[in-house]
Amino acid sequence: MTVRVQTEDFDAGAEIARLRQGNAKVGAVAAFIGVARDVNDGESVATLTLEHYPGMTERALEGIAAEARARWRLIDVLVIHRVGELKPTDQIVIVAVASANRGEAFAACEFIMDYLKTRAPFWKKERTPQGTRWVESRSSDGEAAGRWDPPKADMA
Amino acid sequence: MVRLLYFARLREDLGCAEETIELPPGVDTVAGLRAHLMARGSAWRQGLAQGRALQVAVNQDMAQPGTPVKPGDEVAFFPPVTGG
Repeated sequence: MTVRVQTEDFDAGAEIARLRQGNAKVGAVAAFIGVARDVNDGESVATLTLEHYPGMTERALEGIAAEARARWRLIDVLVIHRVGELKPTDQIVIVAVASANRGEAFAACEFIMDYLKTRAPFWKKERTPQGTRWVESRSSDGEAAGRWDPPKADMA
Repeated sequence: MVRLLYFARLREDLGCAEETIELPPGVDTVAGLRAHLMARGSAWRQGLAQGRALQVAVNQDMAQPGTPVKPGDEVAFFPPVTGG
């Protein structure tokens, strides 16, 4: 399991290749790459600055990856998230999951991203022609994460 | 002493990224600490207002209003997260 928070860009192809390198048990790799766009909420975005909580962010990502490994049979998990100033078309995050079969790889990859969006301490600030603004959290992100909650137990 | 951290918009609103304070007598939960800080003045009252979406972590784990706070802890206040 690999979790990194870094300012530098990452080589998605090389990272994915490394995740399954030499491991003949891997039958599936699912990967998600989040990318900075040039527009948000109707305004053009010149730069995106990502702030994080050093220490807690890494712990939170490790916890989310561990939770994914507890829920699905996974062979390996990779999460790299960038911080600092980014510009449109820059890569922000990669989540890659290796497993024996595609179902678990797809599900775990989506789960990790949904939890990352709502539980890992990162904050985005955008620079637009009107100045800078903090990106607001979206209720749809909370709903996406809520899909993975265990079914409510009946009241005893 | 407790170490307090503030992030993102809240850090800017309060003009403070980090500080160390003595826990006043009787302040032993996240809710109690938040109320104590709100008494500092208008920027603090508005920044930490109950209606404002705010997340709190104690020793780098997400916390609730009733989570205990004791000397030596690290407590962080921040807006809802927006990574990914």
